[in-house]
Amino acid sequence: MRLNVNGNSLEIDADPDMPLLWALRDIAGIMGPKFGCGIAACGACTVHIDGVPVRSCSLPVGAVEGEITTIEGLSKGGELHPVQQAWLEEQVAQCGYCQAGQIMTAVALLDEIAEPTDEDIDNAMGGNLCRCGTYPRIRAAVKRAAALKTAEL
Amino acid sequence: MASIGKIARRTFLLGAAAVAGGVAVGYWYVSRPYENPLEGEVAKGEATFNPYVKIASDDTITVIAPRAEMGQGVATTLAAFVAEELDVTLDRIKVEHGPASYAYYNAEMLAESGPFNFFDDSFLAEMTRSALGTVGKVLGLQGTGGSTSARDGFEKMRQAGAATRAVLMQAAAARLSLPVAELATENGRIVHARSGRSVSYGEVALDAASIAPPKSVTLRDKKDWKLLGKTQQRVDMHDKVTGAPIFGIDVRLPDMLYATVLISPVFGAKPVKADTSKAEKMSGVIKIVPLETVYGSGFGVIAKNTWAAFKGAEALDVEWGKPVNPADTDGLMQVIADAATKGEGDVMRNDGDVETAFADAPQAQLIEAEYRVPYLSHAPMEPMNCTAQLKDGHLTVWAPNQMPTLIRWLCADLAGVPLEQTTVHTTYMGGAFGRRGEIDYALYATLIAKEADGHPVKVTWTREEDMQHDCYRSAFIARMRARLGDDGLPQALDLRVAGQSMMASLVGRIFPGRSAPGPDNTTTDGSHNQPYTIPNYRVTGIKAPLTLPVSFWRSVGNSQNGFFHESAMDEIAHAGKTDPIELRRKLMREFPAAVAVVDKVAAMSNWGEKLPEGKAKGFAFVLSFGSWCAQVVQIAQTPGGIKLEKMWIAVDVGTALDPGIIEQQMVSGAIFGLSAAMNQKITFADGRVEQSNFHDFDAMRIFQAPQFEVAILENYHRMGGVGEVGTPPAAPALANAVFALTGKRVRSLPLSDEVVFA
Repeated sequence: MRLNVNGNSLEIDADPDMPLLWALRDIAGIMGPKFGCGIAACGACTVHIDGVPVRSCSLPVGAVEGEITTIEGLSKGGELHPVQQAWLEEQVAQCGYCQAGQIMTAVALLDEIAEPTDEDIDNAMGGNLCRCGTYPRIRAAVKRAAALKTAEL
Repeated sequence: MASIGKIARRTFLLGAAAVAGGVAVGYWYVSRPYENPLEGEVAKGEATFNPYVKIASDDTITVIAPRAEMGQGVATTLAAFVAEELDVTLDRIKVEHGPASYAYYNAEMLAESGPFNFFDDSFLAEMTRSALGTVGKVLGLQGTGGSTSARDGFEKMRQAGAATRAVLMQAAAARLSLPVAELATENGRIVHARSGRSVSYGEVALDAASIAPPKSVTLRDKKDWKLLGKTQQRVDMHDKVTGAPIFGIDVRLPDMLYATVLISPVFGAKPVKADTSKAEKMSGVIKIVPLETVYGSGFGVIAKNTWAAFKGAEALDVEWGKPVNPADTDGLMQVIADAATKGEGDVMRNDGDVETAFADAPQAQLIEAEYRVPYLSHAPMEPMNCTAQLKDGHLTVWAPNQMPTLIRWLCADLAGVPLEQTTVHTTYMGGAFGRRGEIDYALYATLIAKEADGHPVKVTWTREEDMQHDCYRSAFIARMRARLGDDGLPQALDLRVAGQSMMASLVGRIFPGRSAPGPDNTTTDGSHNQPYTIPNYRVTGIKAPLTLPVSFWRSVGNSQNGFFHESAMDEIAHAGKTDPIELRRKLMREFPAAVAVVDKVAAMSNWGEKLPEGKAKGFAFVLSFGSWCAQVVQIAQTPGGIKLEKMWIAVDVGTALDPGIIEQQMVSGAIFGLSAAMNQKITFADGRVEQSNFHDFDAMRIFQAPQFEVAILENYHRMGGVGEVGTPPAAPALANAVFALTGKRVRSLPLSDEVVFA
């Protein structure tokens, strides 16, 4: 089967029941999305399909239609995406394992709501678990990213 | 392995002799205990100066930060030690973990394991610390834990930077035919201000490496620090916001196979009957491998990809043996309760005469309470995994781990290859919290690699396997009694803490057949060594006779004792009609560093202000890992349950090496403690763990996280740790706030068994 990932069309030889996460990681070698729980409970595996954040650990690869974006596809021409830039400036990550998923969810949130409140952020990001407790900095970084995106326009 | 005891015994003698001679803490070059492990691996045009620095002719400076980066920022702070004295900024250097080597022993990890309180500066206490640190040195124990990394690296890594700079200066002086005294360093170059001539570090690196390091170096005064004491950009941040493949689970090698494990869910049991035929026929499954280690017994499933391995493991049909411990939580807690009641324990603090103080106490002045905490899983975000390859007589292990020399040693033994033919690569870790101080994942991967015909095999555990095969924080029960004086202050406090011994469990796994004699500090750590003065004050630790695997969980003994001791203090304050913070000021008056953080957090949180109906604050203090930490949390009753609004933290770390990272760690530690206090428990049925994934063992989510305000103080004269210090006061601060809000004293965690959180 063919998958469109980060603007590339990839031929994937996988059981259609295999979750998208493992097709990306083990078959395509795209390691940004992380395995955390396998039951869509932690958000570490979050990728976009046509801009919508989905849990790739629980989505059979055979059921995927549309353009997949992973954290590797966010930055364009060597420039960090404003959300990544904000994460860097706020020094959000600790162990960093959940952060690809956090960033993908935040990107989708900001595409939906340009200037989210704390409540918007809490609602949108509640499915992304962080065991290091980076939540206060995530809130700050989402707001900084919103400002960076506005400045870009 | 038999030699370890011998080495340790000899070291104790050596250590004591060294202390008596007054050279316990010497300049490490003088007694240079181990070969530089970098000497065998420098590239052409690259020079190494000591185990911490490599400089290449193209000016690439590589600093080895030999402690596991699990999120605590250690790579950044350790690199800053070397960079500070080498006189370069952090963006000029590359930071690597480096090989597993005895040269990177952690002296501090053992130094505080002796029976002395952190604030005991007596000769005997200092001597014991030095001697225990020397044991770490001779055993070559390279480990990350106990919030020790920065304290351990502070002297030796700055010395490494200074010594490197000194030989670079000498080499430059020779190259430029100028006296060393006229040269200075600037931005990776050695410059002669008067003539304007200069050479880069890289240009003279090879020359400099052949110059003997100086016998002594002078380190920069704190007031002259350029990097230390200031917030640095973390060296790992760019990789972590771009999704770079830096974790153990991201290891990807040519011809690599994939695997998972299915280990007996019944602790200590072996397979009784197994049918592997269905699994063997599954698409993508290559081989089923029986596994037996000191950690557990079961099967490895080798496959073409991780998903196929997971499906193969599901298809294994295995009947497991019977549990050797009581099969359910009630039975386990009964054993611990019996130990608390009748068990003979180790008295870890015994001030005054507790028995006499209680003998004639009138009932009205007595308080008695029992506190309980459950078993807990570490549940780091990255499930256990490890990659191993056994090829041409060489074992290579890629492991996100906290104990690389132990892995090298025990995996070499398991694979039957010599130590010299064993390489351990330590990757970044997606969290650890103590879990990766265990080595089960590496032992299983080694056994699987033996059956993989020379292919590297990446072994990834499912979350379910991870959660049900942890080495847990033990459950504990504490019995408290206190006698109040007429002034409302405690005249006597007696605390008995019972639970499984972490040290006994650990020693049994790493050195099978040996026992850990004597008291286990970790049972009462956080209760027996707090800076309170009470005339009659006794703390006893009792080992419950159970053999479930238990181990270090972020903040170790402080994780339970913070809750016991500080809940007791809050109850004493309430019963004696004293404000909880005022009580601390009185009982801690002999420890100004403690009073200062209490005062600071009281001021920050505006303690004592009149709060609107439905809001309340709670306070707790714990001295752990050498740092003094006070926390206040404010909570509010909402229609959806109790909401955490804000937490204030004041911490005295002695010397603040990186305020940004310290702030991160205080918040991180507090959220870790609050997560457990609110919701977490591991329970047992049929000898198995009942929880399996984040749906039934969850942690705090962003919508539950309070706002934080952190103040960092530097009053105390010794440096403390930061990675675990935020955790111990969090649970009691929250429980005390719940009492202030609801009038309900919750003495058993998690709090969600009794109250509802929003």
